[in-house]
Amino acid sequence: MGMRKVAVVGAGMTKFVRRALETGKELSWQAASQALNSCEMSLDDIQAVCMGTAPDAFDGIHMKAEYLSDGAGAWGKPYMRSYVGGGTGVFSAIQGWYHVASGLFDTCLVVCEEKMSSYFPHAQGAFLTIFDHTTERPLKPNLLWIFALEMNRYMQTYGISKADIARVAVKNKRNAADHPSALLGDPTITVEDVLNSEVLAWPVSRLDVSPVSDGAVAVVLASEEVAKRVTDKPVWIQGVGWALDTSYWANRDLAYPRYVERAARMAYEMAGVTEPRKQVHIVEPYDPFDYKELHHLEGLLLADRGQAPQLAADGVLDRDGNMPSCPSGGLLGVGNPIAAAGLMKIAELFWQLRAEAGARQVPGKPERGLAQAWGDLMQVGTVVIMGTNQGEERLK
Amino acid sequence: MTVEMKRIPGTALSEKDIESGVVLSVQDQLDARYAWDTGVGIGAYLAGLKRGEILGSYCPTDDLTVVPPRVVCEWCYRPMDSYVRLQDTGRVNTFSLCYVTWDVQRIEEPEIPAVIEIDGASPLHGILHKLGEVRPEDVRVGMRVQAVWKPPHEREGAITDILYFKPIAETER
Repeated sequence: MGMRKVAVVGAGMTKFVRRALETGKELSWQAASQALNSCEMSLDDIQAVCMGTAPDAFDGIHMKAEYLSDGAGAWGKPYMRSYVGGGTGVFSAIQGWYHVASGLFDTCLVVCEEKMSSYFPHAQGAFLTIFDHTTERPLKPNLLWIFALEMNRYMQTYGISKADIARVAVKNKRNAADHPSALLGDPTITVEDVLNSEVLAWPVSRLDVSPVSDGAVAVVLASEEVAKRVTDKPVWIQGVGWALDTSYWANRDLAYPRYVERAARMAYEMAGVTEPRKQVHIVEPYDPFDYKELHHLEGLLLADRGQAPQLAADGVLDRDGNMPSCPSGGLLGVGNPIAAAGLMKIAELFWQLRAEAGARQVPGKPERGLAQAWGDLMQVGTVVIMGTNQGEERLK
Repeated sequence: MTVEMKRIPGTALSEKDIESGVVLSVQDQLDARYAWDTGVGIGAYLAGLKRGEILGSYCPTDDLTVVPPRVVCEWCYRPMDSYVRLQDTGRVNTFSLCYVTWDVQRIEEPEIPAVIEIDGASPLHGILHKLGEVRPEDVRVGMRVQAVWKPPHEREGAITDILYFKPIAETER
């Protein structure tokens, strides 16, 4: 398709914490400098910078990307911010990819930052404005409604129980216990703990939800020529996809994320993946709520509709299962500094595919992974497929 | 995080760090005010609500009736200028029992937000509203409901002209 091959060659990450001493600029710099150090590059080697960060309302700073620019290493370089809600972290990697794949740049630093603690009493306040100002906001909705409504529809459509879904929270919080950056790792949590946690908006309980967090993640992308020079273990971006569904969210099927399917099909085609359930060895689906991981596995065509809970019950999604899902610990366990959380999934695949994930390492020398995020008003899907080789279709 | 990395940046703070003044912070409050124009499609919707009617719009190309009405079909991108009066009854597509406010303060009696598929609109086409005159434990997906309107003289052309939707018998239209 006339695109150049692009590899991830470095990654860095701060701790994800409830409230960080460091500012957003400082977190950005910490993650970015770690990413550069990891591939022995300096800012002089970087030709363009992409920044992913959530709405200005979180920080109370208009033109937040400009505010963050020195921390992101952007001065004097082509610099661009993207924002597609929760989908941002994975989308910013796609944006970095097309900067390099297009031939415009040989290197691109992608930085995702979120500091959700500045907004008080609760960062959810910044989300209230996603509802339509005329037809919905007079009803005084809160953000939990939209997830609770979707979760209930998913449960009712397929006869799924809260316990079926709680297994995902347990798996991810247990996985996160092995992640040194994690906010909510818990090696002993049980399904009963999740079910007994306080009901926020039934069917959503407290432990079904990922935590508000501060943190940053960065990755370095490079063209084939640069990648082969700087590392002997490049991780190739084999395919990317993204798609948007209707913003009239009450006018679509809440039980199935067709926008994720569209994004996935685009990425599978680009990567030459014809049998995703066999060819994707690790998956990092977006898990701000436990049901979302299952919902997304179905949209990614990695499970039949309504059948993802069975995979969780059978241990298929465990780190040593046949299709490890969120071996990082995901947003539920590592934390959810929105844009940074999505890019964390890309970084996790990078470390997993290089066999550098330590205690989190998925066994069996995985060769291909998929990261996915979701956002906007519940209707954007963003997908990146990465592998230890360059992929098939793109060579033609 | 990689095994190659020995030190992980990022410093967690607690409330105590702030309260004790060990870590300084600055506070501010933004006062942003807006007046949103309703536009053409939603303007018609609101005028309909004031009359006690729920309007949708119909796309002959896709044979879709959507609600609220809009001026363009998002699927075929053709104009969608014929408004259709829908019923003020429908079916609960999904619901929640919400026990917290937006800033996670507990509320005793849950609010019951729901997506209600409106009779006369295409399948799975609904609106966000709330349920009332029903005990939380009795709400079901698929339940038939009807709008409870404000008295005509109190309506102002807003989604809140419908107070809530209440359950009705399965056969009632």
